[in-house]
Amino acid sequence: MNNKVIYAIYNDDDILMDAVKKTRAAHHHIEEVFTPFPVHGLDKAMGLAPSRLAICSFIYGCIGITFATLMMNFIMIQDWPQDIGGKPSFSFIQNMPAFVPIMFEMTVFFAAHLMVLTFYMRSKLWPFKQAENPDVRTTDDHFLMEISINNNEEELVSFFQNTGAVEVKVIEKN
Amino acid sequence: MYTFSSKLKTLSFILMAVGLLGIGYGFYSSPKDIHEVEILLAAESHGAHGEAEAHGETEAHGEAKSSDEAHMETPTHGGTEAKASAEHEEHLTHVLHELQNKPWAALYVACIFFLLIAMGVLAFYAIQQVAQAGWSPVLFRVMQGITAYLPWGSVLFFILLILCGLHFNHLFIWLDPEVVAHDKLIAQKSGYLNFPFWIVRAAIFLIGWNLYRYYSAKNCLAQDAASDDLYYKKNFKMSAGFLVFFIVTESIMSWDWIMSVDPHWFSTLFGWYVFASFFVSGITMIALVTVYLKSRGFLEYVNTSHIHDLAKFMFGISVFWTYLWFSQFMLIWYANIPEEITYFITRIQLYNLPFFGAVVMNFVFPLLILINTDFKRITWVIVMAGVVILAGHYIDFFNMIMPGTVGDKWFIGVPEIASVLFFLGLFIFTVFTALTKAPLLPKRNPFIEESKHFHY
Repeated sequence: MNNKVIYAIYNDDDILMDAVKKTRAAHHHIEEVFTPFPVHGLDKAMGLAPSRLAICSFIYGCIGITFATLMMNFIMIQDWPQDIGGKPSFSFIQNMPAFVPIMFEMTVFFAAHLMVLTFYMRSKLWPFKQAENPDVRTTDDHFLMEISINNNEEELVSFFQNTGAVEVKVIEKN
Repeated sequence: MYTFSSKLKTLSFILMAVGLLGIGYGFYSSPKDIHEVEILLAAESHGAHGEAEAHGETEAHGEAKSSDEAHMETPTHGGTEAKASAEHEEHLTHVLHELQNKPWAALYVACIFFLLIAMGVLAFYAIQQVAQAGWSPVLFRVMQGITAYLPWGSVLFFILLILCGLHFNHLFIWLDPEVVAHDKLIAQKSGYLNFPFWIVRAAIFLIGWNLYRYYSAKNCLAQDAASDDLYYKKNFKMSAGFLVFFIVTESIMSWDWIMSVDPHWFSTLFGWYVFASFFVSGITMIALVTVYLKSRGFLEYVNTSHIHDLAKFMFGISVFWTYLWFSQFMLIWYANIPEEITYFITRIQLYNLPFFGAVVMNFVFPLLILINTDFKRITWVIVMAGVVILAGHYIDFFNMIMPGTVGDKWFIGVPEIASVLFFLGLFIFTVFTALTKAPLLPKRNPFIEESKHFHY
């Protein structure tokens, strides 16, 4: 099976952005772009769908506040409603101001940590994970665009040489 | 240049006229003496009105009133006939003062609310100058237009304060020498709470704020015509100085004009709380005026990113207000010290809906609406959230002033609504008149190019 890809390497993010736009205009499929730092607007140029992490986080926050409310309602009101310093423990609402700091922190805690874990899972990041750098220079000062080849190797190589790439490599992937 | 649409001008005149009529009606219909109050109360008790909670408001008039409640319904059952009737008289006088305060308090709340909205905008404007914000210079003229209400609001408000000092009303009970003579707590505060000192402070604050507004707007126009950045630098330094002056005077202002309505009560974070309330109202007002001018095609360079930034400020400062609201409430609720908790007991027992409704309008609603990035760019969402936030903060000021002045006799009726309409009309008229006086885009601001192309 043919698993050839092109590595087009750039040394400037402006040139990379132009190349990405040209590639998209020419309808070549971009597999991946590797950059040493976030390039503003790259996701838009590549046509990537917006992230839904914020929505996840909102839901996690809702779970957090529900958890905190149920927990304190059970402990402080249902299970053992003691008189502690004259605080009214007859119903949740009567004693609610005392619970708000915990409800707030739980909301933030759930929203933050679960969102981070979601990010790690969706990005497939974990300790001891094999790094996926196609070229070590992409973590320092080079930008790399990976494009799949469909029996049009010569055409693609010349196309990417015209986009300002400092290096165009054809690689056999397995 | 902006041209004041004739429709909006007519609307502002109608608002002012209707407002004035309503304010006049409010003063006309308030009772003149205790006989009218007696008739009113008799009519009320026939209507099975809950008399039991009529006196949650004792704190405003001191401990002298604590036995009123027991005597008001059955004066003849009391120990001696004479004592009971004297107390009945006293109670009627108390109710009379509350009812006579109603139109005054309505006027006072609306007046201070709009005055402080202009102040919120001025503070925001000064912060933008000092922070050298790159996004907001295209909105500077809008902010200057809104703060043009400040001189009008200051004069009207100052007149109101003088009228309080001349005993036209009983808004500030510490201004009444009779009350001070019998009230040790207030008497001991009279070194600070006395009319001459109080009114001089107010004058200094208002003059200081107006001076900054005047010279800042003037320098901004001068910068347009200049060939260097001298006026910009002048404005920068002046804004920094103003912010220092502002935060000191704002704090004292909140004690003088709002907290002293309840002279037995004090709270240390009150100044911040008041600040957050009118700061978010001011930002909301900037957003609403901007959205209006944009929809009329007057703000060429304002894009959805500018609106988005304003909406983020509306959202963030709304949460900040809630943080302070809750911090003040929870600390006092938790410790439950009698001399502090009366403030909230009054509000929870007599003002339950406005007290908690303000939290819903100023926190829950903006929190759920303005959390979404896409929503923050939609005009009608901004307008809807803005109207709710402004109404919510009016109620917030209502909650601060009313319990100490009218007690359980509060109602959002003709005097209250009319006062808001009058000041809204005046606000619209002065603001949009001022907007016609200068081009809506500053020309030579060092950050204007960045601001024109601001994109988030």
